[in-house]
Amino acid sequence: MDDWRNGGFGLYVHWPFCQAKCPYCDFNSHVSANIDQKAWARAYLAELDRLSEQLSGRVLNSIFFGGGTPSLMQPDTVAVIIERAREIWPFANDIEISLEANPGSVEAGRFAGYRDAGVNRVSMGIQALNDTDLRRLGRIHSVAEARAAFDIARTCFDRVSFDLIYARQGQTLDAWQAELHEALSMAIDHLSLYQLTIEDGTAFGDRYARGKLRDLPADDTAADMYHATQEICAQYGMHGYEISNHAKPGAESRHNQIYWRYGDYAGIGPGAHGRLTLNGVRHATETHLAPGAWLQAVAAGKGESLRDPLSNQDAAAEYLMMGMRLAEGLDMARYAQLSGQELPQDRLQDLVELGMVTISDNRLCATLQGRALLNAVLRELLVD
Amino acid sequence: MTDLAKIRNFSIVAHIDHGKSTLADRLIQETGTVQDRDMKEQLLDSMDIERERGITIKANTVRIDYVANDGETYVLNLIDTPGHVDFAYEVSRSMRAVEGSLLVVDSTQGVEAQTLANVYQAIEADHEIVPVLNKIDLPASDCDRVAEQIEDVIGIDASGAIQVSAKTGQGIRETLEAIVTQLPAPKGERDAPLKAMLVDSWYDAYLGVIVLVRIMDGVLKKGMRVKFMSNNTLHHVDRIGVFRPAMQVVDELGPGEIGFLTASIKQVRDTRVGDTITNDRNGCEKALPGFKPAQPVVFCGLFPVDSAEFEDLRDAIDKLALNDASFSFEMETSAALGFGFRCGFLGLLHLEVIRDRIEREYNIELITTAPSVIYHVYMKDGEMIELHNPADMPDMSKVDHMEEPRIKATIMVPDEYLGDVLKLCQDRRGIQEDLTYAGSRAMAVYDLPLNEVVFDFYDRLKSVTKGYASFDYQMTGYRQDNLVKMSILVNDEPVDALSTMVHRDRAEMRGRAMCEKLKDLIPRHMFKIPIQAAIGGKVIARETLSALRKDVTAKCYGGDATRKRKLLDKQKAGKKKMRQFGKVDIPQEAFISALKMDN
Ligand SMILES: Nc1nc2c(ncn2[C@@H]2O[C@H](COP(=O)(O)OP(=O)(O)O)[C@@H](O)[C@H]2O)c(=O)[nH]1
Ligand SMILES: C[S@@+](CC[C@H](N)C(=O)[O-])C[C@H]1O[C@@H](n2cnc3c(N)ncnc32)[C@H](O)[C@@H]1O
Ligand code: SF4
Ligand SMILES: [Mg+2]
Repeated sequence: MDDWRNGGFGLYVHWPFCQAKCPYCDFNSHVSANIDQKAWARAYLAELDRLSEQLSGRVLNSIFFGGGTPSLMQPDTVAVIIERAREIWPFANDIEISLEANPGSVEAGRFAGYRDAGVNRVSMGIQALNDTDLRRLGRIHSVAEARAAFDIARTCFDRVSFDLIYARQGQTLDAWQAELHEALSMAIDHLSLYQLTIEDGTAFGDRYARGKLRDLPADDTAADMYHATQEICAQYGMHGYEISNHAKPGAESRHNQIYWRYGDYAGIGPGAHGRLTLNGVRHATETHLAPGAWLQAVAAGKGESLRDPLSNQDAAAEYLMMGMRLAEGLDMARYAQLSGQELPQDRLQDLVELGMVTISDNRLCATLQGRALLNAVLRELLVD
Repeated sequence: MTDLAKIRNFSIVAHIDHGKSTLADRLIQETGTVQDRDMKEQLLDSMDIERERGITIKANTVRIDYVANDGETYVLNLIDTPGHVDFAYEVSRSMRAVEGSLLVVDSTQGVEAQTLANVYQAIEADHEIVPVLNKIDLPASDCDRVAEQIEDVIGIDASGAIQVSAKTGQGIRETLEAIVTQLPAPKGERDAPLKAMLVDSWYDAYLGVIVLVRIMDGVLKKGMRVKFMSNNTLHHVDRIGVFRPAMQVVDELGPGEIGFLTASIKQVRDTRVGDTITNDRNGCEKALPGFKPAQPVVFCGLFPVDSAEFEDLRDAIDKLALNDASFSFEMETSAALGFGFRCGFLGLLHLEVIRDRIEREYNIELITTAPSVIYHVYMKDGEMIELHNPADMPDMSKVDHMEEPRIKATIMVPDEYLGDVLKLCQDRRGIQEDLTYAGSRAMAVYDLPLNEVVFDFYDRLKSVTKGYASFDYQMTGYRQDNLVKMSILVNDEPVDALSTMVHRDRAEMRGRAMCEKLKDLIPRHMFKIPIQAAIGGKVIARETLSALRKDVTAKCYGGDATRKRKLLDKQKAGKKKMRQFGKVDIPQEAFISALKMDN
């Protein structure tokens, strides 16, 4: 059996446009006045057709429309993509079809259309529950708008999640805890809670480099916030099943689990990444990053800019990196099978003694503390 | 061969940056020694490091033909000497090969510490000295004041000082005339047996060892067999020549001349600077007095960052030592750093130059451990051990007492910074020996322990005086003091490469400073790390580096595992650059930075 079957098979569709660029964001997102949705739809379909020849005979577990802001897509565009995917791959009975949405009123008006197109889960970028902070994050919606959009989404979909960013400028531990309680009282069964990351090449990154991004919580405060987040969410039955993701049992995002369980996923759209097992070998794929370049490349035959076979070691390292993000951890036998080599025993022992990981039933799991320090844990375990 | 009366041999002495190299360039250019198209700046500084840092490390020689105002053609031999204190030995021996010196003083700056140190060497070598006031093109130039200062501080007549701009060329003719009219011609007997001074030697990949000689008596010819008197070795001279400044072969060299010979000599170590070269038979009877070989005074460990590069490092060090007899080395193993070399240098600049060359020319990344001096450890059984490395310190209970090397330091500084300089010297256990003023500049002379100076004294001096102080020193001898070895323990394990010798009274302060520094230098780990300073078994300072609490990537970019992998690989590479002590990773720069003091 090919290794990817342990994780399943998903399709990621990247929509690279937003209404405005947020100052913290380094996703592949662009602001553009006129987008020819017909042309984009044609391009996505062409890419699906290209992949269909190479990936026949698989069952599709999930589709994810990510961005950018996919809630700027016309429902028709979403519909034709889902339709074509269904023609190519039989859908799993419980297929999850998610779409990332910004919580503006315009978007909310399209929710029903997405539902009719086949979308069954929405993830909304609410980001903060007070207007001052939303403004500082450069968001163009208010809390009231976000709540209204969220309510509409709930009427259209059974599964609605939302994202918050914490450890924001000027945020105290108390303020975050209060906000989190509020968020949990709104939440249905899934929440993504991201600690603000200052990324190079973003407006925040530049300001930070110039010493102008003031009042960011100190590292220790940020650590306290992370641990408080885990605790409070657990009180509401929303366990942290991944570093930044919380869900009631069974409500986990299946699509993201494909990544973390190191399944296969096809990625289409500008800058989309994929992992595909072809003839028994895992391949990393990438597509052209710039929207215009991608469109042209697709017109000329394929949007893919890279397709590299991964060595066993690299595939195993990726499984390690992804798998350890999950509370369920990773299967050590599967790791050894992939890499042809056990994890370094002495380092594992050290990490167990430090309380960073646990080993039971041949599964390696990062503890809460270990997950907060996952990069340090991984630096120890990644084989040189 | 040149008529003795038509030869002038000279050197140029100057404080760094006063314009020695530029003046040499102008002299060479003015006399047409080098075609204009071949002229480049700082012509005599041939090593990359010399050009880059603007310092002269190796003495260089050039022979200039000059048609003087009297219509005669003179041969001028210039030996350009290094200005830095580390290479003072190089200056002193070059001076013995010439009869006079141009004393170059920047007329905007005045006399500085190295001006003094170098001019005293010239006086000691009985030189006729011609003062040259340089940089007169600059508005801040004040020739009267500086001439007065030369007379006051150095005590030589500066009334006839030549006013020069090495930049514009003004005064260059006058300088050449002064060399001819004011400096003495060399003396020597053409018919006597050969007597030549071995001034310097270096290795050339094509020609083997090149020997710079000054002929005192007799004639050196190609094909001769000569004897090196210090060890009675015989050599067949296969080439002789002069520097213009490129090598030019000549048939013979007579008394008073300066040039080179090659004789199929394989190693610089087979030649001894200051040696006397004579005929193999019926040679001269009395050898020249010779020079004291330069002794390394500062020691440190050099270890490859990548331990797999140890053999490459050995190779690099062997090659560098071929050309630098003053650089010593022996293999060293450190529990912490693995295999490396304990190396001896003439001073810190010398250390930096060698380290730079290994890193650059041989492309080996190095960890440099704390520089140390040689301590004399007197054991209770009467034995004396020369301690080059604190890690080798014998058990204190067997030690009777210890001595450390001292120096006499001369510091010249504008008045307004004097207070800070005196405090710095005091803090470094200095004893004031003299304090005088020349105009608005003060000259302080201190007796200081060398170990307080080798490390960051010069940096500190520069920083407290905004670069306006100048500094020079000479070794004076050993003195007993209350010295102890201070160990550093990281996570309860001693890190040998961080051990230092300190004065007992200053141990607590230094220990605290080092622990604090290390706390900043060592990255946080998954566990908390005690950092301690100890003398023997007694902890004298302690800091705790708290545990890392959060280090995780919050977001996952739509399955972009590559991005995350790259980030981790980068971190991993960073980790690899550190050294592991027990379970703690210490960054390589910590070994030096931990010792830097902020006062
Ligand atoms: N304005 C001016 N600058 C000079 C003069 N002579 C040298 N310099 C500059 O002073 C600096 C130091 O000169 P250099 O010859 O390297 O000094 P050295 O360290 O004594 O060899 C260089 O930047 C030169 O260009 C001069 O006569 N006038
Ligand atoms: C691909 S983004 C887009 C979703 C949608 N465009 C939106 O902004 O609502 C997914 C999530 O990543 C999070 N995110 C983006 N940049 C971040 C950063 N620099 N630090 C922390 N979280 C970030 C936000 O919570 C965002 O909702
Ligand atoms: S956070 Fe969302 S809306 Fe803002 S720029 Fe990024 S992708 Fe676009
Ligand atoms: Mg120079």
